[in-house]
Amino acid sequence: MKLSKTFDKSLWVFHVNSGSCNACDIEIVSTVTPRYDVERFGIELVGTPRHADVLLFTGPVIKKTKERVLRIYEQTPDPKVVMVIGNCAGTTGVYYDSYAIEGPIDTLLPDDAHLIYVTGCPVRPENIINGVKEAWLYLEKLRGDQV
Amino acid sequence: MVKGKATYEVPIGPIHPALKEPFMVNFKLEGEKIVDADPHPGMNHRGIEFMGMHRNPLKVIPLAERTCGICSIVHQHMYTTALEHAVDIVPTERSRYIRTIMMELERIHSHVLWAGVAAHEIGFDTHMHFTWKIREKVMDLLEAISGNRVNYSMWTFGGVRRDIEEDMHPQIKETLDYYKDLYDKLEDIFLGDPSIRHRTRDVGILTKKKALELCGVGPTVRGSGVKKDVRIDQPYSAYPDLELDYVIPSRYGYENKGDVFSKTLVRLKEIIQSIDLIEQCVKKMPEGEITSEPNKAALLNKLKTASGEGIGRLEAPRGEAMHYVRLTEDNEDVDCWKIRASTYNNLATYAPMFMGEQIADIPIIAACIDPCIGCMDRAEIVDIETGVKEEYTKDELHELSVQKTKDLLEGIDR
Repeated sequence: MKLSKTFDKSLWVFHVNSGSCNACDIEIVSTVTPRYDVERFGIELVGTPRHADVLLFTGPVIKKTKERVLRIYEQTPDPKVVMVIGNCAGTTGVYYDSYAIEGPIDTLLPDDAHLIYVTGCPVRPENIINGVKEAWLYLEKLRGDQV
Repeated sequence: MVKGKATYEVPIGPIHPALKEPFMVNFKLEGEKIVDADPHPGMNHRGIEFMGMHRNPLKVIPLAERTCGICSIVHQHMYTTALEHAVDIVPTERSRYIRTIMMELERIHSHVLWAGVAAHEIGFDTHMHFTWKIREKVMDLLEAISGNRVNYSMWTFGGVRRDIEEDMHPQIKETLDYYKDLYDKLEDIFLGDPSIRHRTRDVGILTKKKALELCGVGPTVRGSGVKKDVRIDQPYSAYPDLELDYVIPSRYGYENKGDVFSKTLVRLKEIIQSIDLIEQCVKKMPEGEITSEPNKAALLNKLKTASGEGIGRLEAPRGEAMHYVRLTEDNEDVDCWKIRASTYNNLATYAPMFMGEQIADIPIIAACIDPCIGCMDRAEIVDIETGVKEEYTKDELHELSVQKTKDLLEGIDR
């Protein structure tokens, strides 16, 4: 199967939260609601990782949901992009020296995972839209490749 | 065909489209009817209190507000007031008013957000997009005052870090007028629409008796007619100078039924109350300094050897919440920090509300207490005699639980 041109303009995203403080999560919802409205670019939040092209990941990975997060990554079909949303997802940020934190996420995912870092505490909706642009650029490169 | 009734279990969570946060509930069902609900918290446990107890008091302020992104002001306020209580720092008069304005602005943003989530849970995405659109207006004001959309970092010991200047008053007025104009439409949607009424009336009933027994807090129990509001019962910040009354449905000619509809009503009416409170604050705000402790380095030095314990309480958008802080002379860091968030109390009210309802009502009932899992998920087991902190895995806890059952059975046999 070859990726068609239409694929990269209709990214479906699935939101995974593991230990986030909700701030990034509500900013993600702000991004899909009328002020910022990424749905005009064909981006939609879906209910299951099996339908998703992009995983929006928030929070430092915590012990109790680590296995589930990795399972969600495996359930997402290739080609996929992981958007690491927020400082605490990228570096664990303000949550350091804790017994309950296993992250950050990039140390747990397989080496071939394609990550896009979106920084901020919490991220601004404009920055999330910029991250989605990066995901497009990556997927555009794949167009025509065998997947 | 299976004869007789067999219950079956449906686990919902921790990562599930119906939930915005990691949380897990096991439902026991008989056909479509829920006969038992068993919540499994701990899916968002980061060990915040543990981290706070290994940092100096000033470093804990940004950590405290990251307990939860929706109620970041709440946790910041409680932590700073608890520490002020412990070491006798008096916040300046002007900062009390600025704090109150910020807290009420956050209440507007939180309640409008909740209305959107509730509309989404019962399948009205149009209303969800409408409420989130009008929410952006208060986010703009919060950003203009504090510099960030969420996680404001406004609080400091003895006051606040940013002033609300005279030139910001027009924007505050404009925002409040915007909500006043739109309020009728909001009420028309959530209280007048027959299909929303059908989904919320008589669903998830919490009787006044159960609400009192289970110690619920905030709009969850005010919907049942319980007069409970820290802003009135034990006023803090600028609330002693302001005029406000308990928001319960009977005040507006509705029945104190305690269903989802009553809780929606209470939250909507609180938006109007908040607008009124902010207007009073802006009018009465005195001149003066915004913090009584401008020198942070000197303050930190003082706190290193300070000792004492304090409590910070407030009425969060979700109900009463509390922080406890203890400092000791021989410990430079915060010696003890305990957070009790409102969702922790309200979680117990799930059981009577879910009982006898249908699977399809799970999302709206789950949403009706406005759960904030990020706030709630903190637990740590400390052996008081040795001071050793331990964690238990699920299997170990299960073994403990089985052991306890065995012990009880043996006792009964004897």
